[in-house]
Amino acid sequence: MSVFTIILIVIVAFLAGMEGILDEFEFHQPLVACTLIGLVSGHLEAGIILGGTLQMMALGWANIGAAVAPDAALASTASAILMVIALNGGTEQSEAISTAIAVAVPLSVAGLFLTMIVRTLAIPIVHGMDAAAAKGNFGTIDALQIVAICMQGVRIAIPAAALCFIPQEAVTAALNAMPAWLTDGMSIGGGMVAAVGYAMVINMMATREVWPFFVLGFVLAAISELTLIALGAIGICLALIYLGLKELAKSGAGAAGSGDPLGDILDDYE
Amino acid sequence: MADKITLTKQDRIKVWWRHQFLQGSWNYERMQNGGWCYSIIPAIKKLYTNKDDQIAALKRHMEFYNTHPYVSSPVMGVTLALEEDRANGAPIDDAAIQGVKVGMMGPLAGVGDPVFWYTVRPLLGALGASLAMGGSIVGPIIFFVAWNVIRMVFEWYTQEFGYKLGTSITNDLSGGLLGKITEGASILGMFVIGSLVERWVSITFAPVVSSVPLDTGAYIDPAALDAVAQESGVGSAILQALSDQASGLALSATKVTTLQQNLDSLIPGLAAVGVTLLCCWLLKKKVSPIVIIIGMFVVGIVGHLIGLL
Repeated sequence: MSVFTIILIVIVAFLAGMEGILDEFEFHQPLVACTLIGLVSGHLEAGIILGGTLQMMALGWANIGAAVAPDAALASTASAILMVIALNGGTEQSEAISTAIAVAVPLSVAGLFLTMIVRTLAIPIVHGMDAAAAKGNFGTIDALQIVAICMQGVRIAIPAAALCFIPQEAVTAALNAMPAWLTDGMSIGGGMVAAVGYAMVINMMATREVWPFFVLGFVLAAISELTLIALGAIGICLALIYLGLKELAKSGAGAAGSGDPLGDILDDYE
Repeated sequence: MADKITLTKQDRIKVWWRHQFLQGSWNYERMQNGGWCYSIIPAIKKLYTNKDDQIAALKRHMEFYNTHPYVSSPVMGVTLALEEDRANGAPIDDAAIQGVKVGMMGPLAGVGDPVFWYTVRPLLGALGASLAMGGSIVGPIIFFVAWNVIRMVFEWYTQEFGYKLGTSITNDLSGGLLGKITEGASILGMFVIGSLVERWVSITFAPVVSSVPLDTGAYIDPAALDAVAQESGVGSAILQALSDQASGLALSATKVTTLQQNLDSLIPGLAAVGVTLLCCWLLKKKVSPIVIIIGMFVVGIVGHLIGLL
């Protein structure tokens, strides 16, 4: 890789690291990070495909309060960089992508530890802010906030820069050394990994009341003519209808008073 | 007090911009306090000219704070309104301001997580990813642009909403609106997750359940095609094969049924749902998601070696 490419990759990694904590612009989401790394390294299409595949696995990964989810920032940047090195070394696109996906998972764990370290390092920074606040020093608070954000960026930028210097031969040799049963098995495992993210989401939202909607979504998705947008539209309509009916049931119960809606309808027909 | 000090739209835009970096100094001690203080600085500079007042204001905004970063915007709006009143001489003490912040952050975080992390992001992410997996640049662009437009618009309007309503917003929020939004988002979220499980969790069972030899005439016989080819040319043989297939003839002399085909004829994706529910259960048992993910790779490799997957 040329020096210029490496600099661009490190910038992308820095943005991803920042966003790993800010969670605003979403540069750390695989779909964005892998695409950008693909773009700056000249492997745009491979980057997009890798990003899309990892995104599907990472849909339910979210930072809730102090809880930790697998770290999407390191997983997406580092796996994309390894993919780029493999591609530069002449590995076939599909093979490079599937290997990158397999390494992304352990990386997402490694990223977690880095996050915890940085979140702890942020404590003295906040104490510095306290001191600045006691003096009414606005500039120092601003500067410390920026330092804290940069620290998160560096968290990903350093490993990314280090990866850029791994020789191509080492990566391709490691790829070739992987037996087929291992890579096939890992891609089968990768097909299931998305379930973990979905399960995290389900556990947060599921109540007795909303389970039927899960089943509806599952069954309707088997109709392959329905695109995701169509499914989303159905979902929104179901939510609106349900909430509307619930409201109606609440206000209707008072007015009709019989407590027997079916009976009321039948009465109306008479 | 002759002139009322007010925050101009420009001041509020400054706060809105800084507020996007709320989580930058997220720490285990007081969580988002540093980012919150950083965000509100433009307002403090404008409202308080006396150094002591400025120091007091900075200190009271370094208190513990933590919520979902987007729904923090209405809290910021209300706080701006309170600070403005206070700067104009209203008797609002530190405890009142901290009370409003703490009182709003809990219930609002309860809305932000399901709406943004569990409904909007999986939906946009899945939409973008499904396009991207085909190699289309449109996928990432749609995700990035749509997400940021939704987010920025939401953050600006809810901050303005909070600022205009001031403390009366707390009444609005407790009036069942939050509950409805959360419930609606959960319904949509569960529906979408249900579809995603069917579409994107892939498990294919390889074992062959049965292989039945078919009767002559129920499958396309290569020997018969050879005969046609010799009689009236390769073209007619191909046409013959295509019309045979269209009329429902099998491609080989034995009908092989895998376990997967049997399962698919019940409901496609049954195994995917099973795995997902298993994950839900494991997560509830406090098994780390990382352990589950590693376990899946182990199952994948072992299952493939013994010929199950």
